[in-house]
Amino acid sequence: MIKVENLSKHYGSVKAVKSISFELNDGQVVGFLGANGAGKSTTLKIMTGYISPSSGNVFYGEKNIQDNTSEIQKDIGYLPELNPLYSEMIVHDYLKFISEVRGISENDFKNAFQKVVEECSLNAVAHRTIANCSKGYKQRIGLAAALIHNPKILILDEPVTGLDPNQIVEIRELIKKLGKEKIVLMSSHILQEIQATVDRIIIINEGSIVADGSSEELLNDSAKGKADLKLEVSNADENDIRDMKATIPSIDIKNISKEDSFTRINIEFPSNGDPREDIFKYAVDKNWVILEMVTSKQNLEDIFRKLTGNNKLS
Amino acid sequence: MKNTLSIFKRELKSFFDSPMAYVFLIVFALLNGWFFTTTFFLYGQSDLRTLFNIVPLVYLFFIPGITMGLISREKGLGTIEIISTLPIEDRDIVIGKYLSAVALITIALFSTSLHFITLATFGNSIDYGAVFTGYLGLILVGSVYASIGMFSSAVTDNQVISFIIGIAIIFVFWLFDKVLIFMPDFIAGIIQYLSVEYHLSNISRGVIDTRNIIYFGSIIGFFLFLTTRLVESRRWS
Repeated sequence: MIKVENLSKHYGSVKAVKSISFELNDGQVVGFLGANGAGKSTTLKIMTGYISPSSGNVFYGEKNIQDNTSEIQKDIGYLPELNPLYSEMIVHDYLKFISEVRGISENDFKNAFQKVVEECSLNAVAHRTIANCSKGYKQRIGLAAALIHNPKILILDEPVTGLDPNQIVEIRELIKKLGKEKIVLMSSHILQEIQATVDRIIIINEGSIVADGSSEELLNDSAKGKADLKLEVSNADENDIRDMKATIPSIDIKNISKEDSFTRINIEFPSNGDPREDIFKYAVDKNWVILEMVTSKQNLEDIFRKLTGNNKLS
Repeated sequence: MKNTLSIFKRELKSFFDSPMAYVFLIVFALLNGWFFTTTFFLYGQSDLRTLFNIVPLVYLFFIPGITMGLISREKGLGTIEIISTLPIEDRDIVIGKYLSAVALITIALFSTSLHFITLATFGNSIDYGAVFTGYLGLILVGSVYASIGMFSSAVTDNQVISFIIGIAIIFVFWLFDKVLIFMPDFIAGIIQYLSVEYHLSNISRGVIDTRNIIYFGSIIGFFLFLTTRLVESRRWS
């Protein structure tokens, strides 16, 4: 288990991370979501022992990363945000170098190399100089280096950057597979990626955690269990519209607007229910003509915008 | 130790994977060869003193060239984040890189063995002891300059600035011996002790004095310590 406790990091007067706390358990894929500059990478750098926090602690089991850096680093596979690589090296040699420092023996390296080359689809470039590999391959080389020692903990900072859609699906499946037996913490500012890959989402904004839970929990919490329905009908009397609440008690009529040829009704209802059938029967009973009936639930993007106060994702 | 060796091997291979090592070795051999042979036959003496005087001067520009990228390049490219998150101490990273620079300098010195072979073939009454200690002195001076170069490489992530800082510090150490006559007596002794040339000349005479070895070891240790502290300072920035 990893326990992040009141972690803060200040760069001069800039507070990059403000006293955040969370826990990660085995067999969990956790997404760290936030706009650029929200403090994701800083948190991950502290968790890997690359930089020290201004205050707070990161515990791996009972051990603090500050006091047991090298020992804990043996169990971590880390893919940094910009995926820096020794571009003059051959892919095989680079992975060999990483393995040597990771304490993998010559014999074990052959198997480990074969495994990560297959997992990360590096067969075509295994003996090519890194500088001559495409961006997608470079990203996968970085991922292979993070995986080669079969770590218990994987920390991936923007792991799918630079990958094409097919590669993204492959890496997503790989991360999900790895998440069954490891702790995987991946950061991203791509909502769809996080939503498709992780079990739990931590949203960070301006250095503070603003949400923590599964995507379903976040959606329910944010919408407070409510969903919206837009109904457009013609031939409707306004009194009948207002009386609808008496027939269908679960709904709330939020707004009625008269257009030239139809009436638009905005309705709110509990997200665990579905009032459409009742509304349809009511409309038939009152001789309304239904032109449109659409339900809409909040998506993760709406929540992200609401929590981070941004209208646009960066 | 194992990790230091891994870093050492990677760095040394990296030197030879790029044209840098070859350019360095060829130009180093040509420059020293030219300076040595132009005076060797005029003096008509069976020693390598001219070579031992010239090499430290050539070091002045060449060693910062070798060391300038060792840490600053890692910082600039961001690869420092890769090696710093591997289970390896910052000290081992610094020592591994440092030893790779010393190894390249030693390989370069081998290129001057051609002059020794010439001397051994045509010369008489050669003081082999002085030749051996002369080479030992050059390796030690190269090691001191490499530690200074490592320090200057850790100061910045800009290789050019690192190169200039390296030359400046090495130049100061090289200059100490030259400015002694301008120094008041009370400080001249300290300046002389700090001078690389002073200790090199002692060793080049064929005498291996522990005081000289302690001097070289202290300077190397001092700059490598500072380098390690600078590498560690990223944690607190």
